[in-house]
Amino acid sequence: MSSKAIISGVHDTKVGALPQSTCMSLHAEAGLGAIEDAGLKASDIDGLLTAYAFTSPQLMLGSVFAEYVGMKPRVSASISMGGVTAGLLVAQAVALVESGRCRHVLCLTGDNRLTGMGEKVQAALADVGHPQYEQPYGMSVPAAFAQAAQAYMHEFGMTHEHMAAVAVNQRANAAKHPNAHMKKPITMEDVGNSKMIASPLRMLDCCLVSDGGAAVIVSAGDAARDLPKTAVRILGVGEGYTHEHIFMSPSLVDFGCKDSAATALGEAGLKHADVDCAHVYDCFSSTLLICLESMGFYQRGEAGGAALSGEFAIDGRFPLNTNGGLLSYGSSGAAGGMFHVVEAVRQLRRECGERQVKDAEVAFAHTLGGIFSGHCSIVLGRI
Amino acid sequence: MSDSDALKKPIPLPDADSRVYWEGANQGKFMFQRCNSCGKAQFYSRSLCSHCQGKELQWLAARGRGKVASFSVVHRAPIRAFAADVPYVVALIDMDEGFRFMCNVIHCDAQAVRIGMPVKVVFEERPGSSQKIPQVELM
Repeated sequence: MSSKAIISGVHDTKVGALPQSTCMSLHAEAGLGAIEDAGLKASDIDGLLTAYAFTSPQLMLGSVFAEYVGMKPRVSASISMGGVTAGLLVAQAVALVESGRCRHVLCLTGDNRLTGMGEKVQAALADVGHPQYEQPYGMSVPAAFAQAAQAYMHEFGMTHEHMAAVAVNQRANAAKHPNAHMKKPITMEDVGNSKMIASPLRMLDCCLVSDGGAAVIVSAGDAARDLPKTAVRILGVGEGYTHEHIFMSPSLVDFGCKDSAATALGEAGLKHADVDCAHVYDCFSSTLLICLESMGFYQRGEAGGAALSGEFAIDGRFPLNTNGGLLSYGSSGAAGGMFHVVEAVRQLRRECGERQVKDAEVAFAHTLGGIFSGHCSIVLGRI
Repeated sequence: MSDSDALKKPIPLPDADSRVYWEGANQGKFMFQRCNSCGKAQFYSRSLCSHCQGKELQWLAARGRGKVASFSVVHRAPIRAFAADVPYVVALIDMDEGFRFMCNVIHCDAQAVRIGMPVKVVFEERPGSSQKIPQVELM
């Protein structure tokens, strides 16, 4: 058990519109914040893993960051796998420390795509569509995710109200987070009256576009004793991939999350019921409900009812996305998923104040990339 | 990008894998590949079979009939070129030959589309391009 990697430090920047920020300043703030949180110095970091950024589309983003901040890591790589990347950075860092190649790996994400790109973000996102078989049809990212939502409504009775309940709950959670991008309370009616984007998804079913950054430090298990804060053990990780383009997905109701969650829970030796709080990628309200059922946290057709009855609330039966998630806390490219990992760690450290899930011992974090294309699940435990 | 470029819809650029498909579309045929080893159909066309990695594939013309597997009515276009079309339908179509592709359901009331509806393939001409685009209409 003690050879298992730990998370020794976390940090997220302010999120929202940060016109004074740059992509690299957000990376630096998040990275140095996590280093300080772990009680380390920049020179202690021997592994650096970064993601990608729309506002800094570099071939070697990790190298650009290391130069910017003045670090000389012994191991460095940048992973570009869309929204799943944050989880993958942690998963790769676990392999690096558990193999002994590194002792402290900084996993770093950030993007200032709100103020840095403005209206161009939607077009840039739609660029992920297949240039020959999707883009000629005007497929937006919401329209791609909506294919699964529509199928799920048809097959398993998911409703607009179920989706709205997710959005309302997460806004209420975000209101309890000092740094959240969107805190103004919303009602079920607000969601239902918000502008239709791509049926069945309305504006308030869709994640935000925010500036922001987040970082996590994965350290060797024996570093736990030196930490200023409660260490969090990485009990299991899993990945799952089924397709890249939504028209190639073997299913519209089951995705790689099914395997990633089973692998992560299996490695941890835990069951779904052992999870005290979940932090699951929520680019759309529907995506979250579909993934929860595909992963087995709820039976088919039951997650929506759970959302409506308040089970996802911080004091509910299945506390979910306690920071407000991508829907209300913030969504900054690859950092969107990292915000979930950061919140999971804070829950296990019992640092969440009025967002605190009582007696949280096991947290589940999940990131998703593409159109349900790639998934990474991480099970974390309080030591 | 100039203003007129911004209003042009993306034109597929055929490559060695897809030339037969796009040339077929220009002749009013929906071409797809079937694997000689495992017998399965695949869309989109490739240099190998994505089911069994077999290298021998034959090109066939689909009958052009299928059903709506899922769809979304798009109210906010991702790029300006589609802004004048909203609301428009982006759909996944299950073809009778056993493969799925994405297209628009055209020439219909966008709100009328439902999962399971039978459709037939048509080939859309777009201004400023000689490449015809496979689409579907409700039957």
